[in-house]
Amino acid sequence: MSDLKVIGKPVPRIDGEERVVGAAQYVDDLDFGPNLLHAEIVESPHAHAEILSIDTREAERVPGVVKVVTAKDFPYTFGLYMQDRYIFAKDRVRFVGEQVAAVIARDPATAKRAAERVKVRYRKRPFVLDLKEALSDDAPLVHPDLGHYARCPWFFPRAGTNIAHWRKTRRGDIRKGFAQADFILEDTYTVPRYAHCAIETHAIVSLYDHSGRLTLWSSSQSPFTQRNVFANALAPLGLSHQDIRVISPNVGGGFGGKAGVSMEIMGAVLGLAVKGHPVKLRCTRGQEFYNTYQRQGVLARIKLGATKDGRMTAIDHKLHWDAGAYVEYGANVVNAAGLSATGPYPIPNIRIDSICTYTNLPPGGPYRGFGYSEFLFGLESHVDRLAEMMGMDPVKFRRINAIQEGDTLAYGGKMNPSGLREAIDRTAREIKWGKKTRPSGPNKVTGKGFATFWKAPAMPPNAASSAFLKFNEDGSLNVLISGMDIGQGLLTVMAQVASEVLTVPVERIRVETPDTDRNAYEWQTVGSHVTWGCGNAVKMAAEEARDKIFTTVHRAHGLKKEDLYLENEEVRCRTRKNFRLPLRDFVINGIMLPNGQFRGGPILASGMFMPEFTSALSDPETSQGGKPNVHYTVGAAAVDIEIDRDTGKVDVLKVVLAVDVGRAINPDLIRGQVVGGVVQGLATALYEDIRYDKNGKLLNANFTDYKIPTAMDTPKEIVPIILEVPQPDGPYGARGVGEHTMIPCAPIVANAIYNALGLRLKSMPLTAEKICLAMNGIDYDEVKGETMGLCFMGDPDTYEFSTGKTR
Amino acid sequence: MNITVKLNGIAQTIAVEPSDLLIDVIRDRLGVKSPKYGCGKGDCGACTVLLDGDVVRSCLVLAVEADGREITTVEALSMEGPNDVQRELIRNNAFQCGFCAPGVTLAAEELLRRNADPTEEEIREAVAGNLCRCTGYQQIVEAVRTAARSRRKKAGRKRRPRSGRKGVKS
Repeated sequence: MSDLKVIGKPVPRIDGEERVVGAAQYVDDLDFGPNLLHAEIVESPHAHAEILSIDTREAERVPGVVKVVTAKDFPYTFGLYMQDRYIFAKDRVRFVGEQVAAVIARDPATAKRAAERVKVRYRKRPFVLDLKEALSDDAPLVHPDLGHYARCPWFFPRAGTNIAHWRKTRRGDIRKGFAQADFILEDTYTVPRYAHCAIETHAIVSLYDHSGRLTLWSSSQSPFTQRNVFANALAPLGLSHQDIRVISPNVGGGFGGKAGVSMEIMGAVLGLAVKGHPVKLRCTRGQEFYNTYQRQGVLARIKLGATKDGRMTAIDHKLHWDAGAYVEYGANVVNAAGLSATGPYPIPNIRIDSICTYTNLPPGGPYRGFGYSEFLFGLESHVDRLAEMMGMDPVKFRRINAIQEGDTLAYGGKMNPSGLREAIDRTAREIKWGKKTRPSGPNKVTGKGFATFWKAPAMPPNAASSAFLKFNEDGSLNVLISGMDIGQGLLTVMAQVASEVLTVPVERIRVETPDTDRNAYEWQTVGSHVTWGCGNAVKMAAEEARDKIFTTVHRAHGLKKEDLYLENEEVRCRTRKNFRLPLRDFVINGIMLPNGQFRGGPILASGMFMPEFTSALSDPETSQGGKPNVHYTVGAAAVDIEIDRDTGKVDVLKVVLAVDVGRAINPDLIRGQVVGGVVQGLATALYEDIRYDKNGKLLNANFTDYKIPTAMDTPKEIVPIILEVPQPDGPYGARGVGEHTMIPCAPIVANAIYNALGLRLKSMPLTAEKICLAMNGIDYDEVKGETMGLCFMGDPDTYEFSTGKTR
Repeated sequence: MNITVKLNGIAQTIAVEPSDLLIDVIRDRLGVKSPKYGCGKGDCGACTVLLDGDVVRSCLVLAVEADGREITTVEALSMEGPNDVQRELIRNNAFQCGFCAPGVTLAAEELLRRNADPTEEEIREAVAGNLCRCTGYQQIVEAVRTAARSRRKKAGRKRRPRSGRKGVKS
């Protein structure tokens, strides 16, 4: 592989310039002319209520209003993995901010004014915000019809309860495993909800033209999945896939928030409501917080046992998720965690219960890390504590148990090649593990924390990628994929893959953003899988194009195909040293024969990739028997922090993160993922702090009160370490990395705080306030007041992880 | 009422309502789309423009306040190709999704116009009003620092002594 020309090189992004000069267009930037209408959403003020009536008459009388739309107009359900949502709330609302109606008007201000005049009468119902209550025997049911919802076959809802899905993983004999252990530690950890905070809010423009075509310009990570969800939901109207077109221009950040379908379904039907008019729906920043997706909260009870020589023998991991009012996507987060909540350790005896619970809070869903960010905080805190209990260095403890190729996974499959031990060693070396940094002042104290991480893409077993590739007259080429560049640099990486095969320089390759009419299929850009999946498809397309090029040359010049090769955009021949045929001379117009006839024609190619070795079918009581995950990406991370003893403020001095990417197709872009992911992860660890009031209303749905990092809030130093143990089925050995850089950030900080102060904080975020209270011996749970970011109002240590008597 | 603004060097007179925000007038009435809506409250900086050369959040400025003044958006910097700051931002892969890029670029440009030799702290402060969720800012800061250096070199100015952060190692 050492002769690779473009793979492994830190080439600048092919779309870098358009973003810096203001040329890159996002959905909100597209012009639709004077016919464009604007929509405003009427929202529920209640966490749970019956809708008694909706009176739209006054709103419709406002000059400039074109139409008011409610569930009456589109009484359909939708959902990615489980159809538990209505396009507009029908009969009942289940969270504060849920859409009840939408007003379409000539301009946004009119729509907003009129929306205030839609009169909705509600009858309030008891609501559940608290997991303990939601899982109790007499809990108000968020979805009384749960048993009737269409869902994918690997979800197991419990009708008559608030349990939307229960992923059980069982392996070995848990009792025996704990009996073998010399040390056992059990404790509870809490992780609240978090918000994605992409700087671009969701936006969609919908046009139902007079020929019956529905076109959507959508700020989406998932244009094809959106089309599929739209087509399924709108089938009663006679719409099918061929009638619907989803176009995704540049997306201003995703992080999972723009995966699947959330507010976009409203956009789709608003277009249907006003035939011939494009309608724009753009989330306000507030709506972006409470009515797209949030990261789910989780309460975790971990019992972990190990022998005195450091072998983990058994884990019992209970995860109770606050999934919010709808789980059509979020249930799969719970599922993914339930299959992998051992962390990267091949523990022989396993019991995992990952329970997706409905509450009357905004819908939970995918967020960078997809369940792993959530469970790793508890697990990797716990691993440190068990090591301490054993009197063993926590890095050594992790190293002993680090998963290796061929080890058995929790669900019974085998681990893919990976360099976890090297990641641990190099991270420990770089952070100078075991050496304390000298504090910068008398009231300062320093500490180091360590964690390992892993994550697999969570996707259906047949999630496919594909690519089209076509040459232009000048020998440049266009690659048409539907993997989305949400900032990670996919377009550039795909150009590198095509360039490597076809020798066309990256800067002469355009990779187009998705359009479901024109571009090849991609399931979704989620799960850190597109470099792998879409990369395989692009590589296959490029190889097919190369084969067609050689066929053309063979037919025109009689040279054997196997003697031909490409170099510097020319076809060359191993047996005829002087033969050089530039691609631009024939990739469109063919090659002229001596008699004036031509051979060849435009070179077009396609590629396709779908994993054929996966299966989501397994025993629902144990999760054994299937192969749900394609592969895991692993790594290790460490942090060096300094804490101000007076204020509790944490200053992050240095972060090291080593990740095994299989093959770094573009190391510079991977470094970007490391730095960006670490900063995002540290913010969830240290200060992002979502708060609801007692009635389920989100209190800080803005950047004034929900703080995300500015340029002043970053670590002093971040050291990415890129490891390359190739993934055999990846393009040039590559596997995904986008999410992984965020997921170890919370436990490394928690472990460093303990290392610095001897204080163990078990609930995120690890704010200065919490640290300061802990330093003064004050229990945060006793003074936290009545707002909550957790899914449990009480003291988490008293949470019993009960799932009700009847279950 | 009518206002007259000079947008990227071209004078235009346009009728606006007293309540119209500058961001909406620039984007929807004058058709320049690089200032983005991100929060509507001046928190995120995606709507940043230069008003008579000063950084402002166009979502917090009434259009009438811009009457008789000069508005610069990021498009003006690259009339003859990307300028030096932009070239460094591109070379450093400084942006990911790019949604914050126009605002960050203008904030950096304004900094270098008033301070040819910024410290790292000053660079961070200058872009601290522009939220970026993707990058962690490291490459942005690197790019601005490099651009400042090359601009100084071109102008024949010396660097002032300072100590900065260590930055990202590779």
